[in-house]
Amino acid sequence: MNILSVTVNLVIMMLGAALVISCIRLFRGPTLPDRVVALDLVATLVVGLIAAYAIATNQSVFLIDAIVLTVIAFLGTVAFAYYIGKGGLP
Amino acid sequence: MNDIITALLMIFGASFMLLAAVGVLRLPDLFIRMHAATKSGTLGVSGMLLALAVHFDDLGVAIRAGLAIVFLFLTAPVAAHFIGRAAYIVGVPLWEGTVVDELRGRYDPDTAALQSPPEANDDDPNMPRYDPGI
Repeated sequence: MNILSVTVNLVIMMLGAALVISCIRLFRGPTLPDRVVALDLVATLVVGLIAAYAIATNQSVFLIDAIVLTVIAFLGTVAFAYYIGKGGLP
Repeated sequence: MNDIITALLMIFGASFMLLAAVGVLRLPDLFIRMHAATKSGTLGVSGMLLALAVHFDDLGVAIRAGLAIVFLFLTAPVAAHFIGRAAYIVGVPLWEGTVVDELRGRYDPDTAALQSPPEANDDDPNMPRYDPGI
């Protein structure tokens, strides 16, 4: 019961709430680019969640996962933007 | 002392990420929503990674966390620019309260090539000057 475990629990709860909120936009979003922006935010939130989990379990290996997820999210967003620009709205 | 700094940085980052999510849900228009998602989300996740670097107190971990932050700050604007440009070109509707749309009429909707109006060419003295008409 130190300050760090309380903070980690609070932060994981906040990030879970943010994940749920951005998933609402992901399901509701009127156009495809809205969903892509929400999906990019979800990936960013998961990177933050991985960092919080690495602090909670005291394992610094999870940082590699965060870096890999950052790269994959960037490539996914750029690919979505490329095909939206090529094909137009569905 | 390390624990207190870590806790403060984590609270900072998580608050910004929660704000980003609320902004993405509540703001009226795709281009306004991208403000919340890109800027606030990037700042939040870099706060979390800084907290991780402070917590482990190790040079290798700190270098990797700094590398991740630099990569995020490099790629988030590029991705947001790509998706915003693609969304504008395919005609995602703007908010009805939008005041100015400076890109209107300055690109070819078929080829998506941008151009300036011919009045804006300052090199040719024979060209008519751009008159804003105020």
